Amino acid sequence: MATLSMRKSFAALAATGLLLSAIAVPATAQNRDPAYAAARAAGQVGEKMDGYLGYVTPAAPALRAVVEDINIKRKALYAEKAQANKATVEEYALTSGCLLIAQTKPGEKYQAPDGSWQTRGNGPPLRDSRCP
Amino acid sequence: MRNPELTRSANPATNWCMAYGSHFRHRALLALPLMGALAMAGCISVNAPDKPIVIELNINIKQEVVYRLAQDANATIETHPDIF
Repeated sequence: MATLSMRKSFAALAATGLLLSAIAVPATAQNRDPAYAAARAAGQVGEKMDGYLGYVTPAAPALRAVVEDINIKRKALYAEKAQANKATVEEYALTSGCLLIAQTKPGEKYQAPDGSWQTRGNGPPLRDSRCP
Repeated sequence: MRNPELTRSANPATNWCMAYGSHFRHRALLALPLMGALAMAGCISVNAPDKPIVIELNINIKQEVVYRLAQDANATIETHPDIF
């Protein structure tokens, strides 16, 4: 049901002229681990300010394994890209966190600058003052 | 300056400084609490803020660095859809 309404909203986006983003987003969703995608949609996991995934509610070991695996892969990628850009891993991760929070879809969870978990609404998310 | 060790046994106070200098030093020590009190009068009392304290993670990360990395980070996110 959730995916059905998401598809509808994507169709609406395409109709309003945002064709490019509407094509890119379903492709992203398809590549995610199904357990991660489901937990993300259900608001069990959210995007943290530091560029990693966090648990909004206590997660089962199976989900925890998936999320930790993603976070390890993210850290490796941040480290590689940070070195290429002559920045620290934390700097690159925080920058990514800014962008990832901005890219959350309505209903998904993200961490606000005060550390609290917020549900993304239709408006812009609450982000760190240094975010671009 | 003469070594006080050498004069202790004989004539200790051979000039004004030797005779009264130590007294002045004691007086300076006695004045310390007063000076402390004066310094305390200049203290500023700080009250706890009413608003919740915002946690600034990695305060040392500059905004200009974030702006510089933004474009590259965006490309990285787009090319790794499985982990973002």
